[in-house]
Order: sequence, then C-alpha cells, then structure tokens
Amino acid sequence: MEYLDLIFQETYKILFLLVPVLVSVAMIVWLDRRVWAFVQKRQGPNVVGPFGLLQSLADALKYIFKEIIIPASSNKIIFILAPIITMTLALIAWAVIPFGVDQVLADINVGILYIFAVSSLGVYGIIMGGWASNSKYPFLGSIRSAAQMVSYEVSIGIIIINVLLCVGSLNLSDIVLAQKDMWFVIPLFPMFVIFFISALAETNRPPFDLPEAEAELVAGYQTEYSGMMYAMFWLGEYANILLMCALGSILFLGGWLSPIELYPFNLIPGALWLIFKILFLFILFALVKAIVPRYRYDQLMRLGWKIFLPLSLTYVVLTASYLFYFNLLPTN
Amino acid sequence: MIAHAIFFYAFSIIAVVSAVMVTVSKNTVHSVFFLILDFISISCLFIMIGAEFLGMIMLIVYVGAVAVLFLFVVMMLNVAQQKNQWFISKENSNHIPIGLLISVIIFFELIIVIGGWKYKPDLFDQSNLSIVNDVSNTHSLGMVLYTDYIHIFQISGMILLIAMIGAIVLTFRQREGVKKQSYLKQISRERAEGVEVVEVASNRGVKIDD
Repeated sequence: MEYLDLIFQETYKILFLLVPVLVSVAMIVWLDRRVWAFVQKRQGPNVVGPFGLLQSLADALKYIFKEIIIPASSNKIIFILAPIITMTLALIAWAVIPFGVDQVLADINVGILYIFAVSSLGVYGIIMGGWASNSKYPFLGSIRSAAQMVSYEVSIGIIIINVLLCVGSLNLSDIVLAQKDMWFVIPLFPMFVIFFISALAETNRPPFDLPEAEAELVAGYQTEYSGMMYAMFWLGEYANILLMCALGSILFLGGWLSPIELYPFNLIPGALWLIFKILFLFILFALVKAIVPRYRYDQLMRLGWKIFLPLSLTYVVLTASYLFYFNLLPTN
Repeated sequence: MIAHAIFFYAFSIIAVVSAVMVTVSKNTVHSVFFLILDFISISCLFIMIGAEFLGMIMLIVYVGAVAVLFLFVVMMLNVAQQKNQWFISKENSNHIPIGLLISVIIFFELIIVIGGWKYKPDLFDQSNLSIVNDVSNTHSLGMVLYTDYIHIFQISGMILLIAMIGAIVLTFRQREGVKKQSYLKQISRERAEGVEVVEVASNRGVKIDD
C-alpha cells in the first residue's frame, strides 16, 4: 500500500507540473506569433477566442485530425521515435526547476548538470528524425543542427561554470538562494548576454534557425513529418525554449526571488516571479526573432567557437581570480 | 528495497542486451543507437549506486558529445554497400577470421589479468559500501582530484591536449585557390562605397564599364 500511495502522490505532483507546462507552451506559441506580428505592424492571430488566445488549441485540433504520413523508404521505428524523444526530453528537464523554497519535483544535488545533460541529449531527436526520413533536406538540416547544438553547448557549459564558481553548489535551489543579495546578472552581465545568444542558437531560434532555413532546406529535419508528429517536434521545441528561459532566469535573474525585498513585492508568491522572469526572457526571444536577420552558417560557427568560447573562458579565469583574491570563494 | 532491485535489474538487462545488439545488429546506425542506449543505462546504474556526478558527466560527455561524433561518421558511410561486402556476398572476406583471432586474444588476456588480480579481502563485505551523506558527491570528488591525484589529473589533461593538437595537425591542410570571406570587409562596407548615385542624361544612358 505504501508504494501505491507513493506512486499516486508522485503522479499527482508530476501532473501538477506537466499540465501547466504544456498549457503554457501552447500559450507561448500564441504569444510568440503575436509579438512577431506587432513588431511588423500586423495583428497576428486574433480570431479564435478573446485576443486569439485559443489559436493554439485550434491548431492542435487541426494537427490531431491530420493524417500521419510515414515515407515508404524511411526507417520507420526511428522515424516514429524521433518526435517522441524530442518531446520527452523537453519535458523531463522541468523536474528539477525550483518554483520556490522546496517547491520542486526533484531536489537533486546535481540539478544543473541534469539540465545540461538532458538538453545535450536533445540533439538526438533531431539527428534521428533527419536520418530516418531518408531524404536529402532533412539529413542536411539535422547535420547542421547537430553541429550547431554541440558547439553552442560548449559555451553554455562554460558560462554555467562561471555561475557555479560564485555559488559553490550544483543544486538549483542553492543557486537561487546564493542570489539573495545580488542577482548574478549584475556581476556576470557579459555572461548573461552570451548565455542569451547561445540559448537562441541552442534552441534553433532565429537568427540561428539554420537547420530549418526555409530558403535553403524547405523545413530542415521536419520536412517529412506531418500531423501530430510534426506538432510534437514543435511542442518539444517550444518547451525547450521555455526551459532555456527558465534556466536563464534561475542562473542570472534570481529565480523565484523578488527584485526588491519590500512590502508589496513580498506578497507575490515566488512561483509568479519566476513566471514573470521566464515571460520577460521569452518576449526578448520573440523580439529577436522579429528584428534580426538570419545568420550565414559559417558566421554562426565562427561566433560560437572563435568569439563566445574564448570570451567565456577568459571570464572564468577573471571570476575565479577575483573570488580568490578577495577571499570570496564559497566554502561548504 | 524491492523497487531498487527492480530498477537495478531493468537497467542492467537493458545495458547488457543493448551491448549485445551493438555487435549483432546489421545496420551500423542502429548499432550506434544501441551504444547510446547502453551509455544511458550505465549512467542510470551509476546514479543508482549514488555516484550522481559520474552518471551525469557520463551522459554529458559520452552521450552528448562523443556519440554524436560517432553518429556523424557512421551516417556518412554507405551502409547498403557495406552490408553487401560483409554478410551477403559470396566472396570470402578476411575481416571475420582476423577479427575472431583478435577478440580471442583479448578475451584470454582479460581472463589472465582478472584471474591474477588481488582484491582487498574485505571488498565484498557489505558494510564497506556505506555511502557518506554529509558530503556531496561533487565535493568529495573535488577534494581528492585536486589534492592527492593532481599529477595524474594534470597528465591526463596534457595527453588530451596533445591528442587534440595531433588530430588538428593531421587533418589540417591549406588548400590553394580557395576564396575566403573577410568578415571585417563585409561588416565595414558602407553605403557611400556600395551605392553610387549617377546623374543620367536624358536619352543617353550611362556607361558602366570604365
């Protein structure tokens, strides 16, 4: 009986986390299109429901009722597995995101490493999809995407090391609590900028959406997918973007902490602050999509390896020597 | 405890089966995917015995980076052609006997090494396996890695660096006659030099090539 109780409790907790995440992914697709439209002086989706809020729901319905087409020459098992893996990996990373003191599904010691590992596994969904389609455009798109994600992971990893030097723990809650006095965005501002840009590249967002550059590769690795399988790729992608925004707000913007520890701000629960910060970062993502033109592929690689990597490595040395010289290294 | 045992057996069965499938499956890309599954289940086993840091690093390094490169190389091979050579064609290929010979030699070497190994007498005593909970995994690893084993750590770093430089030297070749893009030139181009406003006389046009 105890086991059953435990399983029910955990399932309840997981559902309590996953359902809001999935709903907000749908809402965020709408927000993305809306912001994009406003920058270009258009209306965007505004027909279905109030302000077009239900647009994503309508889209989802459409995807569900569309036929799933599996190409005859594709590798069928891997072809079907690819969107499932993308979606699953995008969702399981949310398990360690803390929404407040002790408001976290799995409070593990190596939370940041877990997120890093899961996001580096995300490449496989794309490679598998591209290869299993057995077609040129998806394959080229997936190779581009894999190379891009692997190279930008390196700089994200080194930026995380910067933050960890100041915290002295790999636990995400500890990382947030270490920012009680000052958010890390202030001392590590250059790293925040690089993290933001690398997150754009890591999630294949414009201006780094080379894997699905429609002018060159049709739709990249998604070309052969249709119906619900295409929608799962899409959902996974947006869940990943949300996750990167959450990671950014936890590492640099103080997670669930309120900006000022004063009376009216204290009343707002921590989870809401985290959501505000995620939304803020996401709107930045959407604005970048609307404003910046797409990079060329060699420029993208150059930016990752020749500029971001040396810059973030130098900053690691700077941070470490600063902390060491002023005897500020965290000890526990 | 029962749940623990169930998870342990599930992960180890997956690990063993996928390790066998790496060698057995005919499609090389499938082999790599089974290898990845193997890595993942091994890292799950690491996490189960409390070595969370090792498990995560295994995921990040092997699955996130090394296996991606494996996949790249294998996907570039012509799989269909390879199948013909190895399994279907009637020609005798000498891959299989040599491979068998080498694997038999390695097998006997392993048996000799493991048979002659001297274990600590109390190694299999369960009481030695207690996990210390007051220091986190990462801290305790860092404390020995950067003090007692600093020389080994540094030497392994040097070996990796040399291997990296060697790989770059071996594959780097300067081709001649390749056009390169100069970013500085592209970025510093301005309107004044890019566009020229010309006063065109009516009915005469402009001469461009001069």
